[in-house]
Amino acid sequence: MESVYVAVLLLWALLFIYAVAGSIDFGTGFWAMYYSRQNHYKATTIANNFLSPAWKVTNVFLVLLVVAFVALFPGAAPTLGTLMIVPFCLVLLLLTIRSAFLVYAYSTKKYSRMLTLVSGLCGLFIPAILVSILPAAIGGFVVVAGDKQYILVNELFLSPAFYTHVGFGLVTQLFISALFMCDYAKEAGDESTASSYRKNAIFLGPVTLVFAVAAIFTLIPEAPWMFEKFLSLWHWYTLSLFAFALGYSALWWRSKTSHLGHPRAALLLIVVQFGLASIAYGSAHLPYLLYPNVTIYDAFTNETMFRYLLIGFLIGLAILVPVFLYFWRLFFKDKAYLQSDQHDYS
Amino acid sequence: MDHVLLARMLFGTSMAFHIIFATLTVGLSLMIFFAEWMRALRNDLDYAILAKRLTKGLAILLGVAIPTGTIVAIMLSLLWPGFMEIVGQVIALPFQIEIFAFFLESLFLAIYVYAADRLSPAMRIISSFFIAFGAVASAVLITSAHSWMNTPRGFDIIDGQIENVNPLAAALSPSFWSTSYHVVSTAYMTGAFVLCAVAAFKLLKPSITAAEVRYHQKGLMLALVFGFLMSVWTGFTGHDTTVMLYEEIPIKLAAAEGLFDTQTNAPLTILGTPSPEANEVIGGLEFPGLLSWLATGSTDGVVQGLNDFPVEQWPPLFVHTLFNVMVGIGFALIAVSGLGLLFSFFRRKQDGIRFPKWLLIALVAAGPLAMIGIETGWIFSCTGRQPWIIFGVQTTAEAATTSGNLGLLFFLFSTLYLVLLILTSFVMYFYFKRNPLRQDMSAFR
Ligand code: HDD
Ligand code: HEM
Ligand code: HEM
Repeated sequence: MESVYVAVLLLWALLFIYAVAGSIDFGTGFWAMYYSRQNHYKATTIANNFLSPAWKVTNVFLVLLVVAFVALFPGAAPTLGTLMIVPFCLVLLLLTIRSAFLVYAYSTKKYSRMLTLVSGLCGLFIPAILVSILPAAIGGFVVVAGDKQYILVNELFLSPAFYTHVGFGLVTQLFISALFMCDYAKEAGDESTASSYRKNAIFLGPVTLVFAVAAIFTLIPEAPWMFEKFLSLWHWYTLSLFAFALGYSALWWRSKTSHLGHPRAALLLIVVQFGLASIAYGSAHLPYLLYPNVTIYDAFTNETMFRYLLIGFLIGLAILVPVFLYFWRLFFKDKAYLQSDQHDYS
Repeated sequence: MDHVLLARMLFGTSMAFHIIFATLTVGLSLMIFFAEWMRALRNDLDYAILAKRLTKGLAILLGVAIPTGTIVAIMLSLLWPGFMEIVGQVIALPFQIEIFAFFLESLFLAIYVYAADRLSPAMRIISSFFIAFGAVASAVLITSAHSWMNTPRGFDIIDGQIENVNPLAAALSPSFWSTSYHVVSTAYMTGAFVLCAVAAFKLLKPSITAAEVRYHQKGLMLALVFGFLMSVWTGFTGHDTTVMLYEEIPIKLAAAEGLFDTQTNAPLTILGTPSPEANEVIGGLEFPGLLSWLATGSTDGVVQGLNDFPVEQWPPLFVHTLFNVMVGIGFALIAVSGLGLLFSFFRRKQDGIRFPKWLLIALVAAGPLAMIGIETGWIFSCTGRQPWIIFGVQTTAEAATTSGNLGLLFFLFSTLYLVLLILTSFVMYFYFKRNPLRQDMSAFR
């Protein structure tokens, strides 16, 4: 395979991991806030037991994603720096408030309700803004004047594609995180909390599907070139639909031990569905990083740097994977931890 | 206001804010490791309490260090796209490895904090070690990128294209070692002196009990010994960095010292205002020959002055003051911590507080002073590089984004930082008020 395709694949893998991990992270933050407002104490605690050790690790993935993007495709930096500055800065502001308030909320019982509200809401909008960058990246909304580029903000705000993408970002994170929390609560042996989260997932599944389809169809007028490619990638979308149907149905699969179906299988299949759809979306996007000016070939770094980055990556992974496994065992497998109530630290 | 200036203000403010929290987490995480170690060594629960309380402080600080770090990392691409285009091709490696250091730190911090009751004593020490290791590794790796900006190596520019890239030569540029040692020694001394300041502040309270005196004095001693060692080491690393400037970036040294004419027997001038009209520093304190001696090892050594360089390439001359403040703080802190050690040695047998009140007050001041040292040092280093972003290769103006909207963003981010600074102080205050030392002491006994 050509190096540039290895790089794209690597970037896609990171994007995919962050999309899933970030959705779970921000979605769970929202659920923690929502259930604490409802005074559903156990659902809040379980959400917090996941969030406390995990949010920092998820955040590192975001940084890794951005650093890998600029390192592998430095040629995209100028366009990124001018076009994306406002949405990215918005995300950064929200992210900072979200993380800091999350930590504050654990540390001051007195104001924790208000702090949790702010952090839950800020977190909720981050994936929405990130996803809304997609329509801006596929052309339609970018003009080039001289050597400067501008986003046509008014047109973007008037376009249905923008709103379907925002909606899609909102509901997917809630859907995936509800599935995840359902499984996490089940692992903790808390059937009633798991069943609350399962209800959310059952409601959000079809809504997510509707938004996903709407997001694709609203793209037609904005990026016909991309839609043509979608058509030739129909088998990926069919597979993805199939994975969705299978995953959604897993919530009703018969299980010997509980009446909750198989949330673990559901979660995994939905993640697979996400992967398939994003491969299709990504391949339709290629070779453009930002349509029509920046292709992956123009933006790619040099071969030497690429080789070093790859080696650095492999060594890093070799060191981190054992630590990740240890982390997983401590926080995702240990019943005593899952059932504990430790808000004390952040 | 033009957008280059706005971009510089936005980025500089963000860095200056991140560094407060980042430096403290580097220093504190090592102090936690020491506390865990002492606990195992002496079997003394006071150190367990110290580790626990420091960890809580660390967790709150990281709540700001991590998102602000994310801000600066992403802003680097947004505000300096021209710069990142070169960075991506030449010095991406340390940025990438740094991420793995972050992972290490975050994972082990979660393990250390949330699995504390399930860890064996050995595993507790190992986890706290890796937190400290991850933190200092991230500082060294980012310093690799920073020192490359001062002494860029590992590539050639041929017809505007970047060729012959050598990522290792870039990462280990000539200023890498001296700068890294200096950054690490100063981060450690800052962590230690902030801890000193807290303990000394507590010892100044009139209502303190004997058990609390014992506890705070242990924390103070731990921090004082380490702070003294690190501040002496900082003197040496600072000197090495100055010699590095002499060899690699003489114009920066000339601006730092306010030296206009190239000369042998060059004087070291403290304070005062460098004046291009007068061709000298006005109102400064002059030590003849000292600068030549410090930079070259002999008073006969030649030190280049600003007049050797075109005026457009001069950094702003106020960096002289920043440099003086940093160095002054370095010597003041060696003195304060040295005195502290003397007192504790000669009053060893005495019960109760070993330090006179004036010294405790000086120790309280040591924490903020060290932080000011960090801030002035970094602002000196970054502003002293102007007008270059990559010294001799790319100017800051060439690298900047052409986007508008920066004024609004500057306003929004500055407000955010101000709010976070206030809130973080409040949260710390409320947390430690609600969980006083007495409570931890009775919980552990
Ligand atoms: C507690 C903080 C602190 C203290 C007491 C000192 N420094 Fe420092 N200094 C720093 C904190 C710092 C820093 C923040 O870590 C810098 C900024 C950039 C860097 O690489 O390190 C720095 C940079 C820095 C530079 C510029 C490097 C460059 O531009 O790349 C020089 C020449 C010195 N230092 C020299 C000294 C000397 C001779 C000191 C006398 C004891 C001293 N520093 C004390
Ligand atoms: C951590 C403490 C740091 C502080 C307080 C700091 C402060 C500043 C300030 C005040 C400026 C504006 C300079 C001016 O325009 O006069 C600046 C610029 C800059 N700094 Fe630093 N800096 C720090 C560390 C770093 C590091 C580690 C890097 C490298 C990765 C870095 C990269 C830059 C860049 C790219 C610019 C913009 C271009 C320029 O003005 O030269 N900074 N910084
Ligand atoms: C010398 C100055 C700096 C020091 C000592 C320093 C140190 C640190 C430390 C200790 C952390 C917390 C790590 C963690 O627990 O994850 C941190 C966070 C971070 N820093 Fe800095 N940093 C410095 C400058 C910079 C610069 C210039 C950048 C940008 C290029 C940067 C990017 C980051 C990022 C992205 C994070 C968040 C990582 C995460 O998500 O966990 N830092 N920094």
